[in-house]
Amino acid sequence: MRDVAIIGVGMIPFGRRDEDTLMDMLAYASLKALDDAGLGDKSVDAVYVGNMGSGAIQHQTAIASTLVDRLSLLPAAADTVENGPASGGSAVKNGLLAVASGYYDTVLVVGGEKMREVTGWRATDFVATMTHPTAEYPYGITLPGMAGMFTRLYMEKYGVTREHLVAVALKNQEMGTRNPYAHVEMALSKDGIYDNPAAVVNNPVVADPLHLYDACPVSDGAAALILCPLEKLKNPAKPPVVIAGFGQATDTQTLQERDDPTDLKAVTLAAGQAFEMAKLKPSDIHVAELHDAFTILEIAESEHVGFFKKGEGGKAVLAGKTRLGGQIPINLSGGLKARGHPVGATGVAQVVDIVWQLRNELPKDRQVKNAQNGLTVNFGGFGNNVLSFVLRRVQQ
Amino acid sequence: MAIDMELEEVLRPHQYEMIPYPPKVITLANGKQMVVRQAVREDVPAILKSVHPCLFIERDYYDIVSARLYGELLAWYRHRVKSEYCLIGQIDGYLVGIVNGRMETEKVGMSYHTLAIDRGLRIGSHLFAAKMEYHLEYLGQEEVLIVAESPIGFRRWMIEYPLEPTKIPHELGGGDSWLLTREIYFAAKPRLVVGERPVPQDLWEVATSDILFADDDTIRERIAGLKGR
Repeated sequence: MRDVAIIGVGMIPFGRRDEDTLMDMLAYASLKALDDAGLGDKSVDAVYVGNMGSGAIQHQTAIASTLVDRLSLLPAAADTVENGPASGGSAVKNGLLAVASGYYDTVLVVGGEKMREVTGWRATDFVATMTHPTAEYPYGITLPGMAGMFTRLYMEKYGVTREHLVAVALKNQEMGTRNPYAHVEMALSKDGIYDNPAAVVNNPVVADPLHLYDACPVSDGAAALILCPLEKLKNPAKPPVVIAGFGQATDTQTLQERDDPTDLKAVTLAAGQAFEMAKLKPSDIHVAELHDAFTILEIAESEHVGFFKKGEGGKAVLAGKTRLGGQIPINLSGGLKARGHPVGATGVAQVVDIVWQLRNELPKDRQVKNAQNGLTVNFGGFGNNVLSFVLRRVQQ
Repeated sequence: MAIDMELEEVLRPHQYEMIPYPPKVITLANGKQMVVRQAVREDVPAILKSVHPCLFIERDYYDIVSARLYGELLAWYRHRVKSEYCLIGQIDGYLVGIVNGRMETEKVGMSYHTLAIDRGLRIGSHLFAAKMEYHLEYLGQEEVLIVAESPIGFRRWMIEYPLEPTKIPHELGGGDSWLLTREIYFAAKPRLVVGERPVPQDLWEVATSDILFADDDTIRERIAGLKGR
């Protein structure tokens, strides 16, 4: 297996992009990554596109084939990778393995989704299609509903409070104001969403005990990266970052079949595999992007990957341990909460954000000083298909 | 414009006595405080300046809502509509939202429009709630006839309250009216109607000293989404 370097990254601002088609967004992000890698007119060997919903939302399939043609990358190999909200992470994994195996030398990985083309109800229904087709979906379950039940259990078992959840929302939306790629660039106040009587309207219950600002927005967006073997990298213009480890694990599709529904085994396994491959441990990580589709998930994942003991994640957020300058800064991009969650883009965007951190390319108000190692967790289904990557800056 | 007052007496509709809406202040999600108060007829030319740039925004039906609101406010200014009122929301003096409606009869209210100029803060929800509060708690009406022109409005009014469907035509000429009764309103009030009274003096002075407006580009950017997205 060859070491695989990320030599170019690109992202377009997430949000509501009425004027762009899905293909426009994928192309823009790809061109940015190609440009960042300094590939110029050089072609790539293969393209992996992470996307969950083009067939359902845009009535368009085989989008990887369309993208290579649009980008004039013919005859590059092209595959679309669909794995629910972990589609982006799966696309990165496929690209990684293709280069690591020695089969391809230059691979473009892009993730994108255009969800704002339909109403919020349709988007919620579309995301709910990942639930069990006979045991869950017909009974009206949605991902917010599932997250609500998970949160209630987690609160009961581990003492997470609404104040902990609010602290995640405040932190991540504040970081969103510092990220020009974020969908939501609006800081919240604790008074406005929690303490004040007006919070009942400002921050209504969505799926008890989760409120509006506990959930990520529905977004359009795309992100991309270029992979190549580290051994072929000569005089790189930018500090090379390698994918030092990755892991992927699955769990039962339905929550009720799990021995303990609060135990996100796939997160623990995926991150554990990534740490083992990278020969690192959680305390070696300097910055992380976790899949906070709901505030509770940032807390639960921070415990399941080993940053904190069970029951300590919420307290850690409240104590500022996950802020910039804290023990382990989490979601300095704003996370899914503020950067947004175009489902197929998220897993790629998380890696792009960590690359920027490890290259020391971000402004001071988002940059972790001397970050060497970063972690991502891309959470598919409700924890039934999870990917995790450990990235490391190569010492030159 | 020359006005023939003799003819005006024929052209101008009857006006009901309308008790003033008591102003209130609402703390928003970002911690800013929005003063909700009743506009007076003389405020209309200034308010229209903020409505005008919205006429050309297709997103979320802002164009039709703004065009109709513009006409309704102008009709009020020119004395061509019966018993209309307008409530506005201001943050630091800046106009961030407008709602209007009128008394159809002493017992029945007619809801017109809700225009949020700053988005992502539930300003529309707060102002719509203030409008219903005015009809049912201060004007003493029994019910309000309501329609929505955008899916967002449908979600906010018809679903969230929830309103009662009827076959009663609405003055705006679109779909049939939905009804807010006193029973529905008071059941929804604890989760939808908020605000504190009286408005602190400093906030009141800023709000009433002048109605401030963002420039046209800023308004368009705000309506196009959070920070222009």
